[in-house]
Amino acid sequence: MNAQVVTANRLADGQVVYFTSQGGWSETIADGAVAHDKDSATALLLRAERAVAEQVVVEPYLIQVTHKDDGDILPVRYREAIRALGPSVRPDIVTDRSGRSITTHFGNS
Amino acid sequence: MPLIKNGHVTTDPWITIPDDMPVPANGQVIVSLERWRADGAELKARGEPVGVRLSSSQLAPEIANDLSHLALIAIEFPSFRDGRAYSTARLLRQRYGFRGELRAVGNVLRDQFMFMHRCGFDAFEINKSDDAAAWHKAMCEISVWYQTAVDVRASVVRRRHYGVAAE
Amino acid sequence: MYRYDEFDRTLVEERVAQFRDQVSRRLSGELSEDEFKPLRLMNGVYLQLHAYMLRVAIPYGTLSSRQMRRLAHVARRYDRGYGHFTTRQNIQYNWPSLAELPDLLMDLADVEMHAIQTSGNCIRNVTADHFAGAAADEIEDPRIYAEIVRQWSSLHPEFSFLPRKFKIAVTGAPSDRAAIAVHDIGLRMVRNDAGEIGFEVMVGGGQGRTPMIAKTVRAFLPKQYLLSYLEAILRVYNQFGRRDNMFKARIKILVHEIGIEKFSGLVEEEWEQVRDELVDLPPGELERIRAYFRPPPFDPLPDVDQGFEAAKTATPAFAAWARSNLFPHRQPGYAIVNLSLKPVGGVPGDVSAEQMDAIADLADQYSFGEIRVTHEQNLILPHVRQEDLFALWQALEAQGLATANIGLVSDIIACPGMDYCALATARSIPVAQRISTRFAETERAHDIGDLKIKISGCINSCGHHHVGHIGILGVDKKGEEFYQITLGGDASEHAAIGGLIGPAFASDEVVDAVETIVETYLANRINGEHFLDTYRRVGPSPFKEKLYAAH
Repeated sequence: MNAQVVTANRLADGQVVYFTSQGGWSETIADGAVAHDKDSATALLLRAERAVAEQVVVEPYLIQVTHKDDGDILPVRYREAIRALGPSVRPDIVTDRSGRSITTHFGNS
Repeated sequence: MPLIKNGHVTTDPWITIPDDMPVPANGQVIVSLERWRADGAELKARGEPVGVRLSSSQLAPEIANDLSHLALIAIEFPSFRDGRAYSTARLLRQRYGFRGELRAVGNVLRDQFMFMHRCGFDAFEINKSDDAAAWHKAMCEISVWYQTAVDVRASVVRRRHYGVAAE
Repeated sequence: MYRYDEFDRTLVEERVAQFRDQVSRRLSGELSEDEFKPLRLMNGVYLQLHAYMLRVAIPYGTLSSRQMRRLAHVARRYDRGYGHFTTRQNIQYNWPSLAELPDLLMDLADVEMHAIQTSGNCIRNVTADHFAGAAADEIEDPRIYAEIVRQWSSLHPEFSFLPRKFKIAVTGAPSDRAAIAVHDIGLRMVRNDAGEIGFEVMVGGGQGRTPMIAKTVRAFLPKQYLLSYLEAILRVYNQFGRRDNMFKARIKILVHEIGIEKFSGLVEEEWEQVRDELVDLPPGELERIRAYFRPPPFDPLPDVDQGFEAAKTATPAFAAWARSNLFPHRQPGYAIVNLSLKPVGGVPGDVSAEQMDAIADLADQYSFGEIRVTHEQNLILPHVRQEDLFALWQALEAQGLATANIGLVSDIIACPGMDYCALATARSIPVAQRISTRFAETERAHDIGDLKIKISGCINSCGHHHVGHIGILGVDKKGEEFYQITLGGDASEHAAIGGLIGPAFASDEVVDAVETIVETYLANRINGEHFLDTYRRVGPSPFKEKLYAAH
C-alpha cells in the first residue's frame, strides 16, 4: 500500500492544492497530509470533500506518493508530478513553494 | 414544481397520467405518446382537452398528424445535453403549425430558458424555485439574436436591413 | 477585416455579463461544479491540470494589430506572460483565475473578441484558409462566408446542444490549407460549368479515435443557400446523431452508419422544406459583410523587387528564410510572410506577451495592421511589400520569429499534451522540442523538404497526428510514455489518414525513429520527390524494415 495524499484544484483560481493535516489546502505537496493505509485514506478524502460544499475546491481525489524519511513527498505518477511541479516544458514556471522544478522528476531530456 | 406559462408562475390545470394509472373521467390529462396511440379514441371521446408527452427521442413527425386533437404537447429534456427537443419544438410550431401549449419538462434549467423559448416553448416545468424567480432576468440577458426562430424576436439581419424592432 | 456593429458589440457584451452572473453563481455555491461545467465550457473555460484554461476564438484566423496587443495585455494582466496558438485558430491562456475571467472577457470584448462556443457540444469557432484575401489561387475570400457562419452559429437557438462538438472550415481556394476534409463540415468554393461560384459541401470528416475523411454531400451549392443548407445538415444531425455513446456522437459516425447516400437524401429533403423560408442572408447582408473584406490599398509595384533579389544573394540565411517562409501573393510586388512559432527546441505555438506586442508593431509597419493565425500554430503577415522583406526579417530574427522552417521537418504541430491538458495520456511538446533540436540545421531541413510532423498527446487528436505525414500519438503504458507512429497522413486537398507503422516507441527511442524514417525517405527518394510522394510510391515496407530491423 502506497502512501496517499488528497489533491484538488482551488475553485476560485484553479490552482493545484493539497489537503493538509490542519484541514486546509496548500499549494505545496510537502504540506499534504499523508495517509498510509486504505482506511485512513478514505477518511482523509471524506474530510477533504467537505471543502467542495464550501466552494473551496473542485473534485478532490487521492493520489499515490512516495513519502521519504526526510518528509519529502513526490507523486508516483508523472501526470501528478507535472501537476505538483508545473509544466515540464516551462521549468521557469515554478508552482511548488519548495522551488523544485519539474525537471527534477524528468531530468533534462 | 413551479410552472411558468407565458412568463408567469401559474397553477397547472393539467394532470400527467402515468401509463399504469387509469385515466380519470374528468379533467385535462397528459398521456404518453404510446398511450395516445393505444387509447386515442377513448381520450377524444372524453370531451376534455388532451395533451401528449414526448420523450426526447420521439421526434416531431411522430405526432404531426394528431395535432388538431391536442391542446398541449410536453417534450422531455432528460439532461442538459440532450438537445433534440429544440428541433422537435421548432418543427411542431413552424412546419406543422401547432398552436397549443408547448411545455418543456424534465431537466429545465435557467440557462436554457431562452433557447427553449426561441424554439417555441411557451410553458416550463421548472425544478428549482430559484430558477423560476430568475425567469425574467434569464429572458432578457441577451437582446441580440442572429437567427430567425419561432418567437417574436427579430433577427439581427432584419433589424440591420429592414429596420425591424427587436420584438 | 470585419468590424462589429452595434448588434455584434451588444451581443458579446451581454454574453460577458451573462457569464459574469454564471461565475458568481458558481462562486456563491448556487451552481454546483456539475451544473457549472457545461456553462463554462460553452464559453471556452476548461479546468486543466494546473489551472483554468481559457480558449479565445480567432474567427477564421484573422487578427488586427490592436487585437494582438490586447492579447498581449491579457497574457500579462491575467496570465503568466504568454499564450498558446492552437490547431484551430484559437489562442489559449493556461493560468487565468475563474474569478477574474469576466473582467478578462470584457477586455477582449472591447477589441471585438470573445470565447463564445470555443468548447461544448455546439458549433465551434469557424476556421478558414489562413492565406484568405492574399492567396494567388483563391476564387473568393472565404472569410466573408466564415463571418456569416460565425454570426449564424452564435447562440443558435436550435443547435447549441448537439450530440457532440461541431467544427466547420471554409476555403476559397483549390489548395486546401484549412484541413476541411477533417472537419464536421468542410466548405470549398468552386465554380460550376456556368462559371458561377458556389460551395462544394463536405460532411463527416474528423480525427479522434475514429478518423475519417469528409464525404461530399453536394458538389455545388449556390452561395445564397449557404445558411439554409447548413441549417438542414445541423437539423438532421441534431435529431439523428447518436446520443447513447459519446464516442459515437460525432456526425462522421452518423454519416458512416447510415451511408452518405441516405444522409444526403435526408439533408436534401430537409433543405427542400427550409431553403426558401430562411431569409437570413439577403443580398444586402452579403454585400455589407463583403465590404469589410475588400483588399487593403496596395501600391502598384513591379512583380519582382530588385532589392529583395539582391538581399537574397547577399545573405544566405535570408534567402533560406525567403525560400521556406514566403508564399506568393496575388498582388504584384507583395508576399505572404509566415512567422514561425517553432524555434528550435521551442514550444510549438507559444508566444510571449513581448513577442505579441512586437508582432503587432510589425503588422502596423509592414502589413496594413493585419495578422493571421494558422491551424499549424504559426502566424502570418499577409500583405508585405517585397522591398520591406529584408527589414522585416531582421526584426523577426531579433524576436526569435524567423526560423526558416515553414512546412519543414521542424515545423511541428503539437497539442499541449500532458504538460497542461487534463485529457492527455502522454506529453507532446517535449517530443516536438527534441525532434526540432535533432533537425536544427537549416540546410538539412531544407534538403529534406516538405514534411509535416504532427503530435497528439492522446487519441482526441488535437495535434492532428492522423493527418501528419509523420504522425505521433502519445500513449501511456503502465505509467510510461510511449509513442505510436503513423505514416502517410495528409490534411491537404488529397487528404488521407495515416497508417500505423508498427509497435509504439519508448520516449527515448522516438526521435531516433523519426530520423530513421527521414533517412529511409532520403535513401528512396527520386527526382526531388516530397516525402509523401515517396511514401505513396514505395509503401510502408522499407520504413517498417528500417524501424524494426534491430528488434
